[in-house]
Amino acid sequence: MKFGVVVFPGSNCDQDCVQVLRDVLGQEVVPLWHQDSSLRGCECVVLPGGFSYGDYLRTGAIAKLSPVMKSVAAFAKDGGLVIGICNGFQILLEAGLLPGAMLRNTSLRFICRYVNLRVERTDTPFTNRFQAGQVVRMPIAHNEGNYIVDAAGLKRITAQGQALFRYCDADGQVTNTANPNGSLEAIAGLCNEAGNVLGMMPHPERASEPALGSADGRGVFESLLSAVAYR
Amino acid sequence: MPRQDDEPLVRRAAKSHNLTEAQYAQIVRILKRRPTLTEVGMFGVLWSEHCSYASSKIYLKTFPTKGKRILVAAGKENAGLVDIGDGLGVAFKVESHNHPSAVEPHAGAATGVGGIIRDIFTMGARPIALFDSLRFGPLNGHQRTRFLFEGVVKGIADYGNAVGVPTVGGEIYFDETYRENPLVNVMCIGVVPHKAVAKGAARGIGNPVIYVGSSTGRDGLGGASFASRELTEESEADRPAVQLGDPFAEKCLIEATLEALATGDVVGIQDMGAAGLTCSTCETASRGRCGMEIDVAKVPRRESGMTPYEVMLSESQERMLLIAKKGKEAAITRLFARWGLHAVTIGRVTGGDRMRVFDGSELVADLPVAALTHGAPVYRRPVKRPADVARRQRLPLRAIPLPRDYSQTLLQLLGSPTIADKAAVYEQYDHMVQTNTAVLPGRSDAAVLRVKGTDSLLAATTDANGTYCLLDPYEGGKLAVAEAARNLACVGAEPLAVTDCLNFGSPQDPGVMWQLRECVRGIAEACRAFETPVTGGNVSLYNESPSGAVDPTPVIGMIGLLQRPPVTMEFKDEGDAIILLGETREELGGSEYLKLIHGRKQGRPPRVDLAGERRLQRLLAAAARDGLLKSAHDCAEGGLAVALAECCLAERDRMLGASLEAEALASGRRLRLDALLFGESAGRVVISCEPRRADAAAALAERFNVPARLIGRVGGGRLVLGDWIDAGVAEMSLAWRGAFKL
Repeated sequence: MKFGVVVFPGSNCDQDCVQVLRDVLGQEVVPLWHQDSSLRGCECVVLPGGFSYGDYLRTGAIAKLSPVMKSVAAFAKDGGLVIGICNGFQILLEAGLLPGAMLRNTSLRFICRYVNLRVERTDTPFTNRFQAGQVVRMPIAHNEGNYIVDAAGLKRITAQGQALFRYCDADGQVTNTANPNGSLEAIAGLCNEAGNVLGMMPHPERASEPALGSADGRGVFESLLSAVAYR
Repeated sequence: MPRQDDEPLVRRAAKSHNLTEAQYAQIVRILKRRPTLTEVGMFGVLWSEHCSYASSKIYLKTFPTKGKRILVAAGKENAGLVDIGDGLGVAFKVESHNHPSAVEPHAGAATGVGGIIRDIFTMGARPIALFDSLRFGPLNGHQRTRFLFEGVVKGIADYGNAVGVPTVGGEIYFDETYRENPLVNVMCIGVVPHKAVAKGAARGIGNPVIYVGSSTGRDGLGGASFASRELTEESEADRPAVQLGDPFAEKCLIEATLEALATGDVVGIQDMGAAGLTCSTCETASRGRCGMEIDVAKVPRRESGMTPYEVMLSESQERMLLIAKKGKEAAITRLFARWGLHAVTIGRVTGGDRMRVFDGSELVADLPVAALTHGAPVYRRPVKRPADVARRQRLPLRAIPLPRDYSQTLLQLLGSPTIADKAAVYEQYDHMVQTNTAVLPGRSDAAVLRVKGTDSLLAATTDANGTYCLLDPYEGGKLAVAEAARNLACVGAEPLAVTDCLNFGSPQDPGVMWQLRECVRGIAEACRAFETPVTGGNVSLYNESPSGAVDPTPVIGMIGLLQRPPVTMEFKDEGDAIILLGETREELGGSEYLKLIHGRKQGRPPRVDLAGERRLQRLLAAAARDGLLKSAHDCAEGGLAVALAECCLAERDRMLGASLEAEALASGRRLRLDALLFGESAGRVVISCEPRRADAAAALAERFNVPARLIGRVGGGRLVLGDWIDAGVAEMSLAWRGAFKL
């Protein structure tokens, strides 16, 4: 399967994504430079974490204006698979490819640590390798992961089952103490209504090898491989 | 000859750079004329203590710098370079940003991070890890201390997180001595293939000199000179000497610079750190034994009306100087433009030995390069052992009452900010980006990073103890190196090399110079004993405030290598045998216990037996290799009891208690109980292993001639030490994890 990893100036998880997809999962990966509009025939576009354009003004606000994002938006509209991780999630929100917005973490501090996530659905291209209700461990590392959406938006998200990952405790319970950043309904990962675009704050690429403490994140990428294989 | 500036103006500038009358006269002799304003500024910054190491040079020369793994020795380039096999080298260095952080903590710390990262990728190395060694006054004291502490931590986070280099380790101490003059030392580690190592020399007459990165402003004007005097009530007025950092520009600069180096079109490269354009041009010319001409009118500016003096002295961040192959200017400009960065040809390499600075067509400085760099003054300052050392070293043990409740004392120690869990701090740092972090912070005595594409893991740590060095700088110097090496050994690594940051008071105080000399003597001796050469570092003097000099604080950064899964500190399984390696003596001097519980900074620090430490390091490496170690943790601040508690607590989701037997702990020796439990005797490590392998571990220890004693078992929900301590794991966790309310 051919993945494209977008590189914005200030992206800093692009090489981590490339390494997991290419070296751990043995897939073809090409970089997609922010000023190019060609997606180079990729079957899945990855928007990596980092601080695109310094995250100045507002996270993801400038990135959405780049030439590559116009192509990503069109690709997504045609049903192409897009996954945005951390800053990538923030960019997807700014670009309107996912509903809602991000506020600063309630602690007003950057938070880097492992969290537990509950997998809410397994009938998606991003989660088909998990069990429903499975608790997985992945790290978060962000300043702005406090997801918010208006009441109508939340109603639609809930009705469509768009929340794919929620912060939870080790037993899978969604509690206030298990929610690291104040995110609405403990949403950690969210897909669009069509189910082909995922944004998630946790970093699956940082949890794809046992030597790093968890390989749970690999399931996200392996789900994509399965989804494409059975398409 | 450049046009002469008004003499009183030049004299005033000389004074503002702390140049003495004698030095000014020397400059006139060198030039055979009066210097211009720009020239005196260039001399001022390059001859400053910060850039020239004038007072410390004679001592730094005594460090061992050679070793079979050393690829680039200390002082030759921007950082030392150590061979780690697989055709790879590691560049690493620690630097201070104390003065800027004291007046503007956020920007001061942030630019400290940015500066040391540039030192590393200047070598062609990809920066893979950051460490912060921080020291502040007590948090429960002045309001300003919290402002400094939170500002520094946020500065490190905001810069390090955005620039995409993980902050994986470091240390934080709190002591009254650092209240007005905090210490902010940052270490960066980078990896570079041998073939790709970049040089800091200008070569090839006619080759273009290219300015790359951000534009130049008035920020950080004369920062090197600012860092070379004491902090005073008026230091706030020096705020313009503090630079402002832009991590986004730095991230782009890292990528663009490494790309440019990979083209093979770059002959020499130097970051613009302290003394900015002055230092980078003069140092590259000096290393290349050539001359250089530049035109400051071509330098990209962010402010209008800047004089040549200001442009040459600006310490604006995120800038580099490249010397490229002739004809490659356009290609390099295109490459940097792709990353949104300036790349402007501002001059060329010349024959001869002159540094010539033009402002358009006007010559504003014309100096012999060697006089600026190698010609910088070297002082042999007066040295005198301070009279109060002997008084401080006397510790009337009989006057110190034993604790009534040892469990309570343990909880107090666990909850003191110096010892307490630092998760509240390191969770603000992205410590996982680049996906090399093999052990999460707080789980082992040293940080461990994998080196992608190899079977090797890199271990690294920073260590220092100012109290030990205050009480006995020679022993304190040795202890810092010994603890660093022990920390590496605890994860199973072989120590390789050292970088150091010497934080001291004013060199004009003979007592401070004595501390410096003695610390260096101790560090050098330990480095020789461990075969860990010093590859470079930094000296920060004038760490003084109106209330006096800071305690002498030499921070040791050390790297090591291992080939197997790292050993972590937390106890793993019920029933495992706990073994104490090393000897506990009646040593309370300089301990955290004495300071915290009895309010005394007194006594002699623990003795260190360098040969014994070396045997201990080798034993731990062998035990790790044989798979004997389930956990290992050294006894440091707070002694044996705190070390055992940390082994119980380190894994938040799976804390385990332990029971230790009184007889085994005391081993028939009659020590004061507080010394046994909280004393900080060096050379001790708590290990745990499977019960059936305890005999094998003991036998191995005997072979290495290291004392080893089975002291107890892992298990239960409490830490029980004989009849003296009985504390619940949850209770200890609360104290240890609750110290920082951020």
